[in-house]
Amino acid sequence: MSIGAGVPRDRAKRLLGGRGRFVDDISMPRLLHLAFVRSPYAHARIEAIDCLAARALKGVVAVLTAAEISDAVASWRAEHKLFPTMAAPEQFALATDVVRWQGEAVAAVVAESRAVAEDGAELVAVAWAELPAVVDAKDALAPDAPRLHDHMDGNLAYTAEIAAGDTKAAFERAGHVAEEHFRFHRHTGVSLEPRGIIAEFEPSEDRLTVHQSHQTPHQQQDLYARLLGLPEHKVRVICPDVGGAFGLKHHLMADELVACVAAKLLARPIKYIADRLESFLADVHCRDHEVTARMAFSASGDILAIEVDDLFNAGAYGQYPRTSIAEGNQISRLTGAPYGHEHYRANLTMAFLNKSILGHIRSVGHPIACAVAERLIDLGAAKLGLDPIELRRRNYLHGDDFPRTSVGGIEFEYLSLRDCLDKALAMFDVPRFREKQAALRAKGVYQGLGIATFVELTAIGPEYYGEGGQHISAQETCQIRLEASGLVRCYTGATDQGQGIDTGVQQVVAATLGVPLEAVEVVSGDSALCPVGGGSWGSRGAALAGEAALRAAATLRRNVLSIAASLLQKDPADLDIRAGWVMEAATTHMSVAEIARIGHFQPYSIPDGIAADLTVVERYASKDRLFLAGNGIQLATIEVDVDSGIVTPLRHLVVHDCGRILNPMLVREQIRGGVVQGIGSALYEELRYDNGGHLLTGSFADYLVPMAGEMPDIDVAHIETPTATSQLGVKGAGEAGTAGAVGAILNAVNDAIAPLDATIAEVPVTPPRLLKALGRI
Amino acid sequence: MKTRRIALTVNGETVEREVPVRQNLVDFLRHDLGFTGSHVGCEQGACGACTVVLDDQTVRGCLVLAVQADGATVETIEGVQLDDLRAAFHRLNALQCGFCTPGMLLSARELLRDNPNPSRQQIRDYLSGNFCRCTGYQAIVDAVETVALERLP
Ligand code: FES
Ligand code: FES
Repeated sequence: MSIGAGVPRDRAKRLLGGRGRFVDDISMPRLLHLAFVRSPYAHARIEAIDCLAARALKGVVAVLTAAEISDAVASWRAEHKLFPTMAAPEQFALATDVVRWQGEAVAAVVAESRAVAEDGAELVAVAWAELPAVVDAKDALAPDAPRLHDHMDGNLAYTAEIAAGDTKAAFERAGHVAEEHFRFHRHTGVSLEPRGIIAEFEPSEDRLTVHQSHQTPHQQQDLYARLLGLPEHKVRVICPDVGGAFGLKHHLMADELVACVAAKLLARPIKYIADRLESFLADVHCRDHEVTARMAFSASGDILAIEVDDLFNAGAYGQYPRTSIAEGNQISRLTGAPYGHEHYRANLTMAFLNKSILGHIRSVGHPIACAVAERLIDLGAAKLGLDPIELRRRNYLHGDDFPRTSVGGIEFEYLSLRDCLDKALAMFDVPRFREKQAALRAKGVYQGLGIATFVELTAIGPEYYGEGGQHISAQETCQIRLEASGLVRCYTGATDQGQGIDTGVQQVVAATLGVPLEAVEVVSGDSALCPVGGGSWGSRGAALAGEAALRAAATLRRNVLSIAASLLQKDPADLDIRAGWVMEAATTHMSVAEIARIGHFQPYSIPDGIAADLTVVERYASKDRLFLAGNGIQLATIEVDVDSGIVTPLRHLVVHDCGRILNPMLVREQIRGGVVQGIGSALYEELRYDNGGHLLTGSFADYLVPMAGEMPDIDVAHIETPTATSQLGVKGAGEAGTAGAVGAILNAVNDAIAPLDATIAEVPVTPPRLLKALGRI
Repeated sequence: MKTRRIALTVNGETVEREVPVRQNLVDFLRHDLGFTGSHVGCEQGACGACTVVLDDQTVRGCLVLAVQADGATVETIEGVQLDDLRAAFHRLNALQCGFCTPGMLLSARELLRDNPNPSRQQIRDYLSGNFCRCTGYQAIVDAVETVALERLP
């Protein structure tokens, strides 16, 4: 049985040999390279662009500005019909008259090499008239703030409130109230491989072929077809090896679109690879929320109500095509989701301001929703004089509470919160840690323990983007082909950026069909070959593409068995396929390869009326529910150096329930990678800007990422509660690590500094912030 | 554009090329010689994706100019024998996207050459010049530790 086995990934072998094929590894005849002229200002009017010197440079083939490309490419607006009042200003591939963030592209230089293209970009002279910039959401919403978009009254992009019950009354009768003002700073995905694209255009056929480091080939195919006015079946998007994505690579990026436009205009292949500075400046960013929240408790410790006010921003525009609303929306729906309170109110307000656009990066909204609620519980426990662990257990949704639609409007089939907590406590001896902690404190060493319970939203249903009007598939289709040799090719719409969905699908197909793992090859990441699907984001691959694969493999199995039964004159119900052989109890009859041979080359041996298709297609969408919710708990211990303000992670453990597990090794490694990203955003990672909107952290020297030396070992354990909504029973697992790590670390830091009468509610918890919280600076 | 002729040994083969003097070693290896196993993640010496071996020492291929490698011996991931490390990385899933992996392997190889029996923290510290965004590092540390133990007599 290959499902549930920790099998290693086939693709990894090639990568280990240094034989990966990432976009920048691909070359083609007459390839040209693109470099951009980007705005040095956060907000400025473009008075004039002088391209003469650049055009005259040897090796430069073309210099493109908005004027040169406007006939060749359409503009767009990030609209979403479920949020009809959300402002969606028009955006162009290259800025037309005004730039609205530092790093926005205004011109593209096409040249024989990247180096020459960069030389050319330096020769483009732009006359700028700097405009006042707004860099903070609160300032952006002030009545006299400079406006980003002239046609708007101000910079308010969207505001909404969701409410259940009566929070006002609940807070009035509360025995205790915990309240905090949080700041979660801006960061980004930082895939090690930057974004990259090669676009080729064949004018005689109107055909655009794109190789792109991306998560969603079909979404890109649709977008490039519509924006460039090409028939969709003439656009092909291939995602070769992708060097990390984390949500960074499932949007439309203006610079990548310009590469397609340039290919069309010049009829030569165009390569664009973002450099690291461009990545920090112009990739989609995430977080950047200011949250005020409070939690009401009864005198005995029941959570009565939660109120959350989230102020955030979209950056300069809404992200296309998904919009920038999701992070606030998730926070407003998820905060306190593990608990049983009946009164809830959440307000979200999104502003436009002069920074790069906010998109969907791993674990959208989750880390904030989790950290806010989990911090309030710890604060509440202190007020109530209760053990924070017991306070959680007491308030967890459990048993008969399910199924339930949460006060935030999310369907919970079942959450195994108490089981996860019990398992975590079995793995980590809290009383012993407390003893050691007390002894160390006496010596001036400050360690802390933090716990965070999280709910993880995975495998989005089709209604969100379907009703929103986006051309984004939440349905997965799987095509399986039994080749004449008896080997199997499986085409999926999910894509693999290293998380291993190819292997997961391979395991499902092999197990369901009854053939060895090596008999199955999975093909993904090609919009022309693979069935229309959503790609990989939001932890959807295993749950949706896995289920589609199971259904297709079951159909193929049925067909193989019907052919075998007809040839053998047996009842198909008495036959089985095991290890590539058709069996009847312990008797081996014939191989799947033999059936494939007959099915393809001697079809006349199979009577009409038998289902004999050896290429089958099935599909799956998780209809009528917005998400499949998983859950888990993280426990972190850290040490604070109160003199330097440095926080050192010590131990980290995760107990997680993502339903049935296809491959425990790959799930574990997803979680570990996610935890480290979460620790990064809790302690190090921050896109800092000055008051004029200039990025201060444009290199790895200033934007710190977690490296091996400072990261802890991370224990991962599971509770398996299969979802009954699919046959496979899988939920997603990619958000979990990041979802809970920030909350666990923030609580651990506060636990460590509690005896010093200090608290902190701003992440990343950098040394200066912590020293300030401690009153040392 | 100023160029200069260089001659060097790359993965056992002698190569001679005219290169722009401003071209860095990793771009030369990738784009002129087609050794695309060395990657580029920052061009600032910070991420380690471009790690190659120059005269028996790992270097950042983005911080060395191609002309500086004139007369030198260069090894890239395509040219090194690392069967046990590769097998352990594969078995333990010590890579996800694989973009950092060539650099990680070359750094790990050098560590085990200089310190055949490193502690976990020594492994972590040694690999701290190689950024990995996907794995969280633990599986990489496990793989290097496993190989160190396997290699001990
Ligand atoms: S590319 Fe050389 S260290 Fe990052
Ligand atoms: S495996 Fe992706 S960066 Fe290391």
